[in-house]
Amino acid sequence: MSSGRLRWRKFVSNFMLAMTGVCALVSVLVLFFILGYLLFNGGTSINWDFFTKLPKPVGEAGGGMANAIVGSGKILLLASLMGVPIGFLGGIYLAEFSGKGMASVVRYAADLLNGVPSIVIGIFAYSLVVLPFKHFSAYAGAFALGIMMIPITLRSTEEFLKSVPRMLREGAMALGASKWKTIASVIVPAAYRGIMTAILLALARVAGETAPLLFTAFGNRFESHGWSQPTATLPVMIYTYAVSPYDDWHRQAWAAGLVLLGLVLIINILARTILSRGIAVPRS
Amino acid sequence: VATTTTALKGAGPVTGSRSFFSRLRDGDEIARLVTLLFAATVVLITAALVWELWVNSALPRQKFGFHFFVTSVWDPIVDQFGALPFIYGTMVTSAVALLIAVPLGIGAAIFLAELAPPRVSDTLQFFIDLLAAVPSVIYGLLGVFIVVPVMRTVIYPALNKPFGYLPIFKGPSYGVGFMTAGIVLAIMVIPYIISVSREVLLSVPRDQREAALALGSTRWESTWKVVVPFAKTGIMGSIFLALARALGETMAVTMVIGNTPKIAASLFAPGYSIAAVIANEFTEATGDLYLQSLIALGLVLFLLTFILNGLARILIVVTTQKGSEVGG
Repeated sequence: MSSGRLRWRKFVSNFMLAMTGVCALVSVLVLFFILGYLLFNGGTSINWDFFTKLPKPVGEAGGGMANAIVGSGKILLLASLMGVPIGFLGGIYLAEFSGKGMASVVRYAADLLNGVPSIVIGIFAYSLVVLPFKHFSAYAGAFALGIMMIPITLRSTEEFLKSVPRMLREGAMALGASKWKTIASVIVPAAYRGIMTAILLALARVAGETAPLLFTAFGNRFESHGWSQPTATLPVMIYTYAVSPYDDWHRQAWAAGLVLLGLVLIINILARTILSRGIAVPRS
Repeated sequence: VATTTTALKGAGPVTGSRSFFSRLRDGDEIARLVTLLFAATVVLITAALVWELWVNSALPRQKFGFHFFVTSVWDPIVDQFGALPFIYGTMVTSAVALLIAVPLGIGAAIFLAELAPPRVSDTLQFFIDLLAAVPSVIYGLLGVFIVVPVMRTVIYPALNKPFGYLPIFKGPSYGVGFMTAGIVLAIMVIPYIISVSREVLLSVPRDQREAALALGSTRWESTWKVVVPFAKTGIMGSIFLALARALGETMAVTMVIGNTPKIAASLFAPGYSIAAVIANEFTEATGDLYLQSLIALGLVLFLLTFILNGLARILIVVTTQKGSEVGG
């Protein structure tokens, strides 16, 4: 009787533990399924035209997304120019200069910003940049994405700077370096792998963002010159093409999906490799 | 450690006694002010975001007041805006997503934290992190071309034939709808539940497990009756985080929910969500009241995620601290 009960408990234990393994397996398989499906569908759809040609008029087959690739590049560049300095320098303030009061306000604001749905960031950029200039533009899109980069860069910079051993700090100060010299020539270089990782991860995250671009950068079927024109981007193109009724647009959506996913995953893997080769650092 | 701290603090008064200008020349003061400026920008942007949402949603707040949330007529032509269908859609899709994602995510987290050897666990976690990095529009793309057809040809017949008398499985299926959106959302939030729950489970002190095993419990009993209850609040936190993420998700939902502002009991019926209606109608909104009604929906979304994220953070911090206190 009691041995039967024990056998039953052991069976339950093994069964449930096996089930957790199945859960983990299913979750990871989803990634490979996504990758495989995109590689297959995107790989058969992609061609040289995709990278070099502009979109054809509606209904005509062929053409590519050259303008969207350039547009995404432009907007990501501008977004980094805005998000990285604010996040990086703000992070230095939090880690090195701040008192208790101001720091907790900044941290709270950053965490709050990090949780805001991306579509709401889009509304904000619309009312602050699009409405006053009465124009969808690359600026507006970059503003939205730049805001999304700030909290990630800020909090990681702070974490990594704080993880620099105190001895390094004291060594520099003992040699008579001023505080900012210590920061600029000792502490930041010591933490730079971590900070690079954070910046790359922030970039990867906003590279795939679609919702905040819908009514800021909008979209464009032609090349957009300068920065104040509506600008096509890869994620928005994927969305527009995927929900369209044309087969050839579906094909191009798959190709664009493969390019975008490849880009995002490569940046991610690169970032994590940089980090793992460096010193032991806390996880954010 | 204590002596080094006082040594560093001791440098303070020396710096302080120098004149402001000498510190300025040194650059310390400039560096402090410059970095402070950038840090303050973050606060400014966040404040401006809340301010813009509030000010730009004044019209519907004055005209409809609380009725905005409980009426279901959304008709730009007669200037009637009621948000109920969108709120309903957001709630239903998120609920479906959590029903699927929570058991699967927690199961996987238990496997990663309790069962898998560290090397395997870290490798799998790496893939889970990559899964979290997949852009939402990619999920939408796969949703449109895979989940929607599978829904129509496989899942709908399988559920409608035996359970069609239940209101939630009644009626025809177009492939798009609440359930399709819920399934896609579930896949999107699983990585968040796994990552956070795994961290929380790993922070449970080792002696809790050993004590349970020593008392003669099986491995599963020690996990389910000791470790998981210990980490309960943190796991709740991960669920709140996932919920906040599901509520605010735009693209994937917009592409598969059907975009029909109707409240239907059937999970197979097409619907609409808050984020989806903003994405679809924002650029076409004519007239201030229409646009501001959409911004008011944005404000609702902001407040919901704000509350959920805050709760999640508290729960996670409480659990990991408990772990380090008991274990430390």
